[in-house]
Amino acid sequence: MTFDISNMILSMPEIIVLSGACLLILLDLVLDRNQKHIIAYLSLLVILVAAAGTWLIAGNSENILSGMFVIDGYSTFFKMTFYLATFLAILLSINYIKVEGVERGEYYILMLFALSGMMIMASGTDLLSIYVGLELMALSIYVLTGFIQHNGSSNEAAMKYVILGAFSSGVLLYGISLVYGLTGTTQLSDLAAVLRGQGGPDIALILAITFLVAGFGFKVAAVPFHMWAPDVYEGAPTSITAFMSVGPKAASFAALLRVFIAALGPVSTSWVTLIAVISVLTMAVGSLVALSQTNIKRMLAYSSIAHAGYALLGLVAGGPDGIASVMLYMLIYTFMNMGIFGTIIMMRKGNFRGENIEDYTGLSKVNKGAALLMLIFLFSLAGIPPTAGFVGKFYIFMSLVRNGYIALAVIGVIMSVVSAYFYIRIVMLMYMKEPTREFDLAHTPASSLALAIAVAGTVIIGILPTWFLELAKSAIFPG
Amino acid sequence: MLITYLPVLLIVGFVIFMATMVLFVNSLVSPKKPFREKLSPWECGMEPIGNADAGHFKVHFFVIAILFIVFDVETLFLFPWAVVLRDMGLVAFVEMFIFISILAIGLVYAWKKGALEWV
Repeated sequence: MTFDISNMILSMPEIIVLSGACLLILLDLVLDRNQKHIIAYLSLLVILVAAAGTWLIAGNSENILSGMFVIDGYSTFFKMTFYLATFLAILLSINYIKVEGVERGEYYILMLFALSGMMIMASGTDLLSIYVGLELMALSIYVLTGFIQHNGSSNEAAMKYVILGAFSSGVLLYGISLVYGLTGTTQLSDLAAVLRGQGGPDIALILAITFLVAGFGFKVAAVPFHMWAPDVYEGAPTSITAFMSVGPKAASFAALLRVFIAALGPVSTSWVTLIAVISVLTMAVGSLVALSQTNIKRMLAYSSIAHAGYALLGLVAGGPDGIASVMLYMLIYTFMNMGIFGTIIMMRKGNFRGENIEDYTGLSKVNKGAALLMLIFLFSLAGIPPTAGFVGKFYIFMSLVRNGYIALAVIGVIMSVVSAYFYIRIVMLMYMKEPTREFDLAHTPASSLALAIAVAGTVIIGILPTWFLELAKSAIFPG
Repeated sequence: MLITYLPVLLIVGFVIFMATMVLFVNSLVSPKKPFREKLSPWECGMEPIGNADAGHFKVHFFVIAILFIVFDVETLFLFPWAVVLRDMGLVAFVEMFIFISILAIGLVYAWKKGALEWV
């Protein structure tokens, strides 16, 4: 093996994030307990530097590190989404973890490690490098889920997540090993070439694909692999719930799309029906079960399950349209979900948790600004124009119709009507009822900045979607 | 073909026979003088508290086990690295140093957090 300096330059964003995290671990050891916010600001700086690095090497399209890793428009688009998600999550965390009494430097450092894992997933072009990135991301998130050590439900959530996560990783690895046994390669483009050469898919390959679907399905919380999501989302610190409902979900979709379209594309007949069934189930279970929730974090967990179903529809549609619509959907989902969790985090002050839906009764009478923000994010999640959520769903359904899946598009529209009910119910509580208690919101400059970014993204993409769609379309991978 | 493995089968049978024989003879002739310390579960010389079978282990055992795995894996990588070092040249040399320094950061962190202090 010869040393190639371009390997290092093109993987510079990952190297920046990882070495930044390692340096921050050492810095954390010498900081006092009340200086931990310094780690937060330095983590934000690391993310900005990495984003600048990604920006500088964007436009290259090169396969490096012996075909395990690629720099292309697709990975750049997703990496920018991850930077955004991590940046907003850190801004929202600074005050929140102080309120929860778990202000530690490791919190931000683990987020940086999770970020680098997500970046490796988006850039991985080999099943093994994707798996390594996925584990790096997942292990950091397991720890972050149980970060509130003195809270039983946080511990329980972490325990459930780590056991089910390890099981699903095993299933995914089994699928990868079967694929390797059948084709002799784990490299995605080689895999596509081998599968193109073979005739029809044999029964063993279908088994392998099913394992891959189950493994990735767990990570994106698709039905029937969604059981962990409500408990984990409810128990985890709210800022981590916000982070893991967008970052790791987008990363799993990045890897899922690349594996299924770039590598398993030649045998798409053997998995399209499976994914279509799963996405319909996911939308239905997510939307219907969310109707009966009383805890807002749990409700948003089911809403996030439903949104994973919509995004899976983009994979069913396939082709450039389908890929671009999923990419855009993940970007939009990052803005609006970060926003809604940001407003929930603002409710957490003193001993008040603000996690019941009833807690929001009459919010508009007391705090017009916060109520308006929630209104925008909830309308966007429900998919009501002119917000970004509408645009995201619109392009997914359009790509379905263009590729001839009209029935699926109709089911998707019906399910988003069902889901509108539980989002609008909160709006109704906020605007139509008299307040039953005092509201005291935790405003900090950092959380205000995060909410401003989230609402700007939600509104701007809603009004001017074309530029973002063209950006996503120019960034898809060939396949 | 299978007959060539007959010696393996023979030695497996012989080992099982010898092991059971040794245990059996030992149980017949060995002196038995039990007392409290001898019967207590072995815990690195520490006074045991509560029942070990209920999973009540000191959390420190797990921390030490994890630290052990870190250095175990390091050794696992060092051996193949040493074998091919001449062919791969300076790059492999520097890469291993980076790898070890990342592990060293982990050790410094664990040390400073008190993972190596027992009581």
